[in-house]
Amino acid sequence: MAAKFEGIDFYDIDSLLSEEERMVRDTIRGWVEDKLMPIIGDAYVDRRFPKEIVPELGELGVLGANLPEKYGCAELNNVAYGLIMQELERGDSGIRSFASVQGALVMYPIFAFGSEDHRTEWLPKLATGEAIGCFGLTEPDYGSNPAGMVTRAKKTSDGWLLNGAKMWITNGSQADVAVVWAQTGDIGDVKTIRGFIVPTDTTGFSARDQKGKLSLLASDTSELVFEDVELPESALMPESSGLRSPLMCLTQARYGIAWGAVGAAMACFHESLLYAKERIMFDGPIGGKQIQQVRLADMLTKITQGQLLAYRLGRMKDDGTMTPQQVSLAKRANVDMACDIAREARRLLGGNGILVEYHSMRHMANLESVYTYEGTHDIHSLILGQTLTGVAAF
Amino acid sequence: MDVIVCVKRVPDTETRIKPSAAGTEIDSSGVKYILSPYDEFAVEAALRTVEAAGSGEVTLVTLGDAAGSETLRSGLAMGADKAILLEGSSTMDGLATAKALVAEIESADAQLVLLGVKAADDDQQQVGPMVGTLLGRACVTGVTSFTVTEDSVRCHREVEGGVEVVEASLPAVLTITKGTYEPRYASLKGIMAAKRKPMETKPAADVAARIAVRSLTSPPARAAGKIVGEGPDAVPELVRLLREEANAL
Repeated sequence: MAAKFEGIDFYDIDSLLSEEERMVRDTIRGWVEDKLMPIIGDAYVDRRFPKEIVPELGELGVLGANLPEKYGCAELNNVAYGLIMQELERGDSGIRSFASVQGALVMYPIFAFGSEDHRTEWLPKLATGEAIGCFGLTEPDYGSNPAGMVTRAKKTSDGWLLNGAKMWITNGSQADVAVVWAQTGDIGDVKTIRGFIVPTDTTGFSARDQKGKLSLLASDTSELVFEDVELPESALMPESSGLRSPLMCLTQARYGIAWGAVGAAMACFHESLLYAKERIMFDGPIGGKQIQQVRLADMLTKITQGQLLAYRLGRMKDDGTMTPQQVSLAKRANVDMACDIAREARRLLGGNGILVEYHSMRHMANLESVYTYEGTHDIHSLILGQTLTGVAAF
Repeated sequence: MDVIVCVKRVPDTETRIKPSAAGTEIDSSGVKYILSPYDEFAVEAALRTVEAAGSGEVTLVTLGDAAGSETLRSGLAMGADKAILLEGSSTMDGLATAKALVAEIESADAQLVLLGVKAADDDQQQVGPMVGTLLGRACVTGVTSFTVTEDSVRCHREVEGGVEVVEASLPAVLTITKGTYEPRYASLKGIMAAKRKPMETKPAADVAARIAVRSLTSPPARAAGKIVGEGPDAVPELVRLLREEANAL
């Protein structure tokens, strides 16, 4: 039985958190320990999203936790929200992805760009988990370049006609509602991209799980197809205006990922440290060997740096001063850090590290997706490059 | 139906305890404190009682220093309605603790006072029965579940080899132990609501403690294991030692 996860706090970052923020973190930490850890290994091996946890996440108030109380949400600040993402991803990136998509990519756009009717219709049931949502932006040929999307919404006499396809859609096949981004004008015109709320039981809508993944196995990833999907006028989110709107959603989700990656890294470090102290080789614990001590020291250093980055980003988000470029830096740095730590942790664990009862290899495989989605590492490099030089490379 | 729950702030049961330099208390540096797990059962029991009754309030009371407010806040986040922090020293003297609590709660007209069966730190099991005695009310200890009727409370207790059902007249004092009251998670909305719930801080009644800790030491380090040999040849000796020295067979 592994020792209870108690977090890593070498720089006393706890003292920078409010009592409430710590309570939120500890609540989610306890839930992950008691409810998620016992099932996540099997769910992963069985390639199954553990849907049974959704009502529990709803009851806890995890879904859309930083949105207003009047829509059934907990109205937490962004640091508390970030800590939730950290703790969920300590369990599994796929579970954090579920919560990120539901909160930042479905509930946030409905809140920010939807009509009041949209908000009152959808937000309360998305908050409880009674309804599951997905977010359709990426297309087979338009990943890093969403501006070129070819999914079209054509104006009709009494609404919209939607045609096209989306890919890499988390929660796609489970969803009750999809937030779909479509071109309403000429292909390539970023100003005429608009957002639509599409109930998944609408005729012409279909979703199919993508097979053959080697990462995020406890999460559903799907392809969405729209074949002459007829939507009423009211399906359009009135405040959505151009590519800017989905990019604002991505900023929200990337913010959560910057925190979540710290959680995955902490899980790997925690497991490595325990193992290094207990695994006996050459008459002593491997933690007594310099090579493992260097690994552990590197992990601790990088996690501490990542924690401070996420913490400061959160305070700036709450102050209203955070920029998307700062989010890019944190998403890029922290996920890269977590990828390195997961890989080193798996190596420290030796042969045992390839077994599912240890968690580092699962995190290692998951983090390759996290490294790639929500703006690849490379795209975030180019965003920062553009910020520094004023020259856009894409 | 109003219920009062007396709670205590204790070191997290996962914490590795070290004596302080003075050797009479624990070294609190780096120690995380929590609401005593037995008291969590009591809070859960109180919440379910009020929910079943459809009306009433759950009030938490603790004795201790200012940090007790954090412990109270976690009970409020679970759903309790209000909290009272009696500022004073937490003590080993169960009677002094009980007197300080009773001074606060005797005037309240709550039909039930609940406590954890014991504090997770000092394990004394004194305060609950003493509160019952000082209040002159019926007291049932080690309750795993209970139901309230018009003027009495039916309690289940796990006793050696069976379950005992006892009935006590109200008002009553119950100490709760592990049973049906698996504590709920504080929801995030509950945590946000907790900071808006009333919490009163007042000095604890001045009660002199008559018991003091004179020394606190760690248990002796475990002796190194013994290797009796290798392979099948070692089995007879291993069995002999297990039988004669360890009394395990």
